[in-house]
Amino acid sequence: MNIYSAISANKNKTWLIMVLFVLVITTVVYVFSNALGYGLGFVGIALVLAGIMSIGSYYYSDKIVLATSGAKPIKKSDNPELFRTVENLCIGDGLPIPKIYIIDDPSPNAFATGRDPQHAIVCVTSGILPLLDKSELEGVIAHELSHIRNFDIRLMGIVAVLVGFIAILANLFMTQLWWGGIGGDREDRNNNLQIIFLIIGIVLAILSPVVATLIQLAVSRKRELLADASGVLLTRYPEALASALEKISKDPHSLKSASNATAHLFIVNPFKGKNTKQMFTSLFDTHPPIAERIKILRSM
Amino acid sequence: MNSTLILLAVVLIIGAFTWYLYNSIIVAKMRVSEALSQIDVQLKRRTDLIPNLVATVKGYAKHEKELFEKVTEARASLVSAKGPAEKAEANNKLSQTLKSIFAVAEAYPDLKASQNFMELQEEISDTENKIAYARQFYNSIVLNYNAKLKVFPNMLFAKILNFQEAEFFGTTDEEKKPVKVSF
Repeated sequence: MNIYSAISANKNKTWLIMVLFVLVITTVVYVFSNALGYGLGFVGIALVLAGIMSIGSYYYSDKIVLATSGAKPIKKSDNPELFRTVENLCIGDGLPIPKIYIIDDPSPNAFATGRDPQHAIVCVTSGILPLLDKSELEGVIAHELSHIRNFDIRLMGIVAVLVGFIAILANLFMTQLWWGGIGGDREDRNNNLQIIFLIIGIVLAILSPVVATLIQLAVSRKRELLADASGVLLTRYPEALASALEKISKDPHSLKSASNATAHLFIVNPFKGKNTKQMFTSLFDTHPPIAERIKILRSM
Repeated sequence: MNSTLILLAVVLIIGAFTWYLYNSIIVAKMRVSEALSQIDVQLKRRTDLIPNLVATVKGYAKHEKELFEKVTEARASLVSAKGPAEKAEANNKLSQTLKSIFAVAEAYPDLKASQNFMELQEEISDTENKIAYARQFYNSIVLNYNAKLKVFPNMLFAKILNFQEAEFFGTTDEEKKPVKVSF
């Protein structure tokens, strides 16, 4: 698969996921509004709100992420070596040079964000710079640039918004239900259909955020593996990324400014020490197990 | 009546396919020339650095005249080179002569210690890395374009439409040699 066909495949997938989520959201809203006895107008309002939120986050998700993680932009004179590494790899990948940010934190990590290659940002923690040698840093940056080149940053940004929206809807429904939905005397409470919708609504309200999150995490894990592979295609040196991942995972520091909402962005899960090895919890992981990633890289 | 309809359909399908193919090959071809211009940007940066380097080294090592001439000559041939293969060769020659400049610099401690020289040396080695990456990108794009011309059934149309394969930006003979390690 060459660069350009990988990009178009990912763009198609983005569309597919967006259509799927819109369908899911419409269904959820429809069931909720029926259960609560609201009219179709509620569906319309909810969808318009969803649209505004999606567009807003499409343009602002990167700024929000940077602000919450406390990242600061740097100039070339601040760290010429890092800048040159990014520049060189961008040339090799045919990408415009992204903005470079640094998070002042001893925990070694890195992430990429933005909505497309023209508005992309690569961010590393100050802890990663002394830890890795030149070729290892190159491996990590190439991984992040692959997220940019493959349009993963856009895909993951949109998925995060949609998952968040489903969670908000479910919350809204449950509070409505609690504070007056059932007790509401707008409609005849003995309406059988409404009771059925009510039951489905409650089940959906509980399950849909979980399912949406699971989808998000599955997408995220796939993206990480793809970025590992296409990053290596750029540097032609899998061992460098493998040993970088090894070093990063052995470091005991947790990244303070990371949150559950941003964890999936980083090259390695920023929460250390919470690594559980049971089958079930691996469904909730943002990243594939590091040991597995290293094994794949070493077999390349 | 029926057979003319079928004939018309066949002509239409072939026409549509040719249209699609032509456009996709043109896009691939434009990517090749864009990738080549990326190399040119870096080559230009390199040739711009050289007069500076020569001037700096001259300040400390006046009698290395022959060397300066060689470098200036290699630089001129890179500036005037046309096409990827020729440029690659001129670039290699320049690399060789630059190597000898840096080797000569070893004999002049004042030169080696000068801030200006150190910065130039760093800039030049950075440009060399960038040329290498630009070359990697260019060659992958050329590979994609050439493959597009060669697969079936594209090859039939590519011949009729008179598309030529693109040249790779070659590796140096030196790079092709096995690496010698001596203990």
